Amino acid sequence: MHPAPSVILFSTLSGLGFGFLAFLGAGILLPSGWAAFFLWGLGYGLAVAGLLAATFHLGNPKNAVKAFSQWRTSWLSREAWASVATLVLLAPVALSDWLGLGLSRLPGQIGAGLALFTVLTTAMIYTQIKAVPRWHLWLTPVMFVSFAIAGGAVLAGAPWASLALLAVGAVLLATWRVGDGAFARAGQTLGAATGLDQIGLPTVFEPAHTAGNYLLREMIFVVGRRHARKLRLIALVLASLLPALVLLLPLGWVGIALAALLHLAGALAARWLFFAEAEHVVGLYYGARG
Amino acid sequence: MTALPGATEKRLGLVVDLDTCVGCQACVTACKGWNDQGHGLSDQDAYGANPSGTFLNRVHSYQVEVADAPPQIVNFPRSCLHCEDAPCVTVCPTGASYKRAEDGIVLVNEDACIGCGLCAWACPYGARELDADQGVMKKCTLCVDRIYNDNLPEEDREPACVRTCPTNARHFGDFADPDSAVSRLVADRGGYDLMPGMGTKPTNKYLPPRKKGPGQASLLAPLLDVKATGIAGWLDRVLGKI
Repeated sequence: MHPAPSVILFSTLSGLGFGFLAFLGAGILLPSGWAAFFLWGLGYGLAVAGLLAATFHLGNPKNAVKAFSQWRTSWLSREAWASVATLVLLAPVALSDWLGLGLSRLPGQIGAGLALFTVLTTAMIYTQIKAVPRWHLWLTPVMFVSFAIAGGAVLAGAPWASLALLAVGAVLLATWRVGDGAFARAGQTLGAATGLDQIGLPTVFEPAHTAGNYLLREMIFVVGRRHARKLRLIALVLASLLPALVLLLPLGWVGIALAALLHLAGALAARWLFFAEAEHVVGLYYGARG
Repeated sequence: MTALPGATEKRLGLVVDLDTCVGCQACVTACKGWNDQGHGLSDQDAYGANPSGTFLNRVHSYQVEVADAPPQIVNFPRSCLHCEDAPCVTVCPTGASYKRAEDGIVLVNEDACIGCGLCAWACPYGARELDADQGVMKKCTLCVDRIYNDNLPEEDREPACVRTCPTNARHFGDFADPDSAVSRLVADRGGYDLMPGMGTKPTNKYLPPRKKGPGQASLLAPLLDVKATGIAGWLDRVLGKI
């Protein structure tokens, strides 16, 4: 699948943003005054920046408001509702923290749950797609939500943030290990895709067109898979191991900022791989397994 | 709206005969020609070095190695299969993608499409292409603007690809009617689904290439066995003895 920068930025930034908002909403981190203004601002900024990045992926964004209509069947529509509901519900909590209004924490706690649910809906957009076997795994939502929790824990300065980061590393390793065999387990081949396995063993004789098309550009992306092993190592070290170590050093808020930046860079690398390594079954028609 | 209808009254679709398809691409051209009206299907750099464009139908060619027979070329037209359990419909966030309850045709309402591309991802068959100029999703409409069009002569009220096919490799009809021509073809010739494991329950069916006999020597083979006569024949005999 084509690793479009807009979608990578969207899922990474909004994942981190909603993860952090969950910690702020639940009151695990309880800032006040201008500290609250900036920390809530950071959470909102990341979440909104991610959502805005997503709109750059749209071919026809003027209809974006219609995306709220199909929540009964579409995970993308559910995500639209969940993200807006979270941002609206947490707004009075943020104001209360900043201005010291002392409003009830209850909307914050509900908003925290909704924030994590938003990340889950993002993950389900990919998980639901059976035609991409590497995504169609229960580990996909686990990976997205664990990134959000770990990223939020780092930004919130939670004492167990290092453990959460290590858990992300374990989930990444599991995702790769299970994902590597997913396409083969789905059992789709050129023979099944064409039905020609009934008479023999088909191979591509001539492509259907001489130049590129939308399918090849969007779903049969192969550039960079060569470097997948190196990138996996980079993602694992940056997203999990290195920030977990940095947090153990007595660096105060500098350490938190450094760990968060390292984690974000690793998350971007991991998310790039999530798309670049994903193989769509339509590639079979073109003689590619991907 | 993007919920799938339960059972549809009719199940309109195509039968593609892989035995008779000669890969002439006439269906590709006819499809593009008919559907290029109005907003149409755009091309980019059509006459340049790197041409690209939106097509609703593509014809692949495969070589099939067959046991006890020479390899075969099979031409394979690929377009929307108007699946009963269409994953492209339920993923749509805006309701632009829908399956008609009356005849089962899967369509895109371009006025509601945001061009997110999720339906194209959900389709295992690559049947949907995002138009690069218009930013909205395009797909086979089963020529819904031909098949019910009273202004066309009756013989033209079928999809453009079917109407144009010079070898009758494409057939259009109602699969809900067990006596329709398409249903009988499927029953007689062992019509099958593409990627049944994807659980999409396609309406369109493909007919397998008929079994060919064992490989035969070329008809020209006897002509190649030349018996030389005259001086050439004498030379041939002498040289053969040395």
